[in-house]
Amino acid sequence: MATAVRVDTPAKKADQAGDQIARLVVLIFAASIVLIAVLIVWVLWYDSAPSRHKLGWSFLTSSQWNPVTEQFGGLPFIFGTVVTSVLALLISVPLGVGSAIFLSELAPRRISDALTFLIELLAAIPSVIYGLLAIFTLVPLMRLYVEPFLRKVLGFLPLFQGIAYGVGTLTAGVILAVMTLPFIISVSRESLLAVPGEQREAALALGSTKWETTWQVVVPYARLGIMGAIFLGLARALGETMAVTMVIGNSTAIHASLFAPGNTIAAVIANEFAEATGDVYQGVLIELGLVLFCLTIILNGLARLMIIATTRKGSKRA
Amino acid sequence: MKKSLLTLSALLLASAGMIFSQQINGAGATFPMPIYQKWFQDYNKAHPSVQINYGGGGSGAGISQLTNGTVDFGASDMPMKDDQIAKMKVKPLHFPTVMGAVVLTYNLAGVTSELKFTPETIAGIFMGSIKKWDDPKLAKDNPGVKFPGEEIIPVHRSDASGTTFVFTDYIAKVSPEFKSKVGADTKVAWPAEGLNGQGNPGVAGLVKQTPNSIGYVELIYAIQNKMSYGHVKNSAGTWVKPSLESVTEAASGAAKNMPADFRVSITNAPGKNAYPISSFTWLLIPSQIEDGAKGKIIVEFLKWMLADGQKETTALAYAPLPKEVVAKEEKQIAEIKVGGK
Repeated sequence: MATAVRVDTPAKKADQAGDQIARLVVLIFAASIVLIAVLIVWVLWYDSAPSRHKLGWSFLTSSQWNPVTEQFGGLPFIFGTVVTSVLALLISVPLGVGSAIFLSELAPRRISDALTFLIELLAAIPSVIYGLLAIFTLVPLMRLYVEPFLRKVLGFLPLFQGIAYGVGTLTAGVILAVMTLPFIISVSRESLLAVPGEQREAALALGSTKWETTWQVVVPYARLGIMGAIFLGLARALGETMAVTMVIGNSTAIHASLFAPGNTIAAVIANEFAEATGDVYQGVLIELGLVLFCLTIILNGLARLMIIATTRKGSKRA
Repeated sequence: MKKSLLTLSALLLASAGMIFSQQINGAGATFPMPIYQKWFQDYNKAHPSVQINYGGGGSGAGISQLTNGTVDFGASDMPMKDDQIAKMKVKPLHFPTVMGAVVLTYNLAGVTSELKFTPETIAGIFMGSIKKWDDPKLAKDNPGVKFPGEEIIPVHRSDASGTTFVFTDYIAKVSPEFKSKVGADTKVAWPAEGLNGQGNPGVAGLVKQTPNSIGYVELIYAIQNKMSYGHVKNSAGTWVKPSLESVTEAASGAAKNMPADFRVSITNAPGKNAYPISSFTWLLIPSQIEDGAKGKIIVEFLKWMLADGQKETTALAYAPLPKEVVAKEEKQIAEIKVGGK
C-alpha cells in the first residue's frame, strides 16, 4: 500500500500511468461498496418514516403485534433473532472449532482436504433445502426425543418447560447451528493451518505434549482468524430467513421456554411484506430491516472490541 | 427478490413481445393464480396479438401496484376498503372471477372419520376457550369419535393472506367476541397462540407434523393433496361438506343481496347447502382506461372470462360463479370507460 517503493526513472513512467489508472479503478470499486451500504441505510431510514413518526421509540420495547389495530411492537422479533443466533453459536462454536482443530492438527493432510471440501459443499446448499430437511427430520426428532429428554433432565429450568411442539426456538437454533458450521470450520481451519510450524516445534521442544501445543500455542496464535470465523457464522445466523421461518413457528410472543414457537426479524419481513397494506405496516417492516442492520453493526462492533482486547492480552503473553 | 425476478421476467417478456403484441400487465392474489394463468394462456391462443402477464405477489401487492399505476389491473382475495379506494386516482371496479373456500384440517391419532364443527366450536378453538380435544362441545357434535385428552394446537398462516381474511371474516360473523377482540384481516393477532406456517403448504406441513393440531387451508389445496377436512354447520343448520358445489351454492345464496359494486363477503351465506367459509376472489379494473387499445382488450377479456373462462374452472378445482352473478357482472362491464375523455 503506502509503503510500496517507487522507482522514478523515465522508463517507468508508462507503468506509473497504468498504476494510477489501476488505483483509480479499485478506489471506485471500494467506494461503491461504502456507497451501497450508505444507500441501504438511507433507503431503510427514508421508507420507515411513517412508522418511526407514528410509533417512535416505543416500537423497540413493545411486544404487541396486531396489524388489524395497527399496533406494532418489534421486541419479539429482536428477542427471537438474538436468542436463535446465540443458541446457534452455543452449539456450532465448540463443534466447529473442535472440528477445525482435528482437521488442521490431527487428521492426515489428504483426509483433511477431502473432508474440508465436503464441508464447504454444505455452505452451498440453499437454505430452503435446510428448512425442508428440518421439517421432515429434525422436527420429529426434537418433538419425540430431544425435547422430552431435556424436559426430564433440565425441566426445573423455565427454559425447558411446556409442550414439546418440535417446532420452535430451540429447533430454529439447531438448524442455524448446522448452517453456520461450514463457515466456522472452514475459516477456522485455514487460520489454524496458517500458524507457522516453528511455533509448534518450539512448543514441542520445550516439552509440551501434542495437546498442550495445540491448545496453548496454536489455537491462541490463530485466535483472530477463529474469531473472524465465528462472527461470519453469527452474521449468517442473524440474517437467515427461509430455514428459520419454516421451523420456528412464527409466533409473535416472547416466551421463556425454548420449546415455544418464536419469530425473527428476517422471518417476519419475509412472511408479511407481500401483503402488508398501509404505509405504517409497510414502514414497520422496513424499520425492522433497519433494526436488523443496526443489530449487525452493534454485534460486529462488539466483535472488533473483543478482538482488540484479546489481541492485547495475547501480545503481552508473547 | 421474488418480486424483482418477476419484474425482470416481465420486462424480458415485454421486450420480446412488444413488436407484435399488445401487453397487459396485472398483479395480485396468489390463490387464483393457476386459473388466471390458464385463462391468460388460452386467451392468448385465441387472440395471438394479446399477451396478458400476471405477476402474483399477493392481494396487498395487487392493490398497491394498481394504486401506484404500475399495473393495468389488480387482483385481490378481499374487497378493497373505502380508504384504499379513496387513495386511487381512478375508481376501481370489482369483478368476481372464481370462488374458493377455506377448510379445517387436523391431525388426531386414531381419528379417521371427517369431524364436524359448529360455528361455536370453531370460534372456541381459535379464541382459546376450547382448549382440549375431549371438550364436551366437540364430543356432542361428533358422536362415536374417541377424542384424545390432549391440548389443541391451532396452526395459522404466518404470512398475511386472503385465506386468513376469509377465515377470520367468517369467525367474526359468527362470534361477536371474536369480532371485537380479534377482527377480520389478512393477518391477525390470534388469541389462542399456536404454530404458524407460511402459505398453504406451510400450514398443511405443520398440521401433518404436529399431533393434536388443527389448521385452515384453501379448499383447492386440500383437494389436490387429498387431505381430510371437517364439515361445518351452516347458517341453515345443515352439516355441509366443503365442495365446489356447496361453495357455488353459497354464492347464489348471497347473490340476492349482492351490492352493486360486488364488494361483499359471502361467508356464512344463507342457503340450505351453502358452505359457510366461502369467498369470491376479484379482478380490480380501473373504471376509466385512457389507453384505448388496452381498454378494449380488457373489456373483451372480461366478456370472454364470464362466458368461456367459467367453463374451465372446475377442471382446476375452482368453483364457478353462479349465473345470477355472471349476469350482474356483464352489466358492470358497461361501466368501464375506454379512452381519455
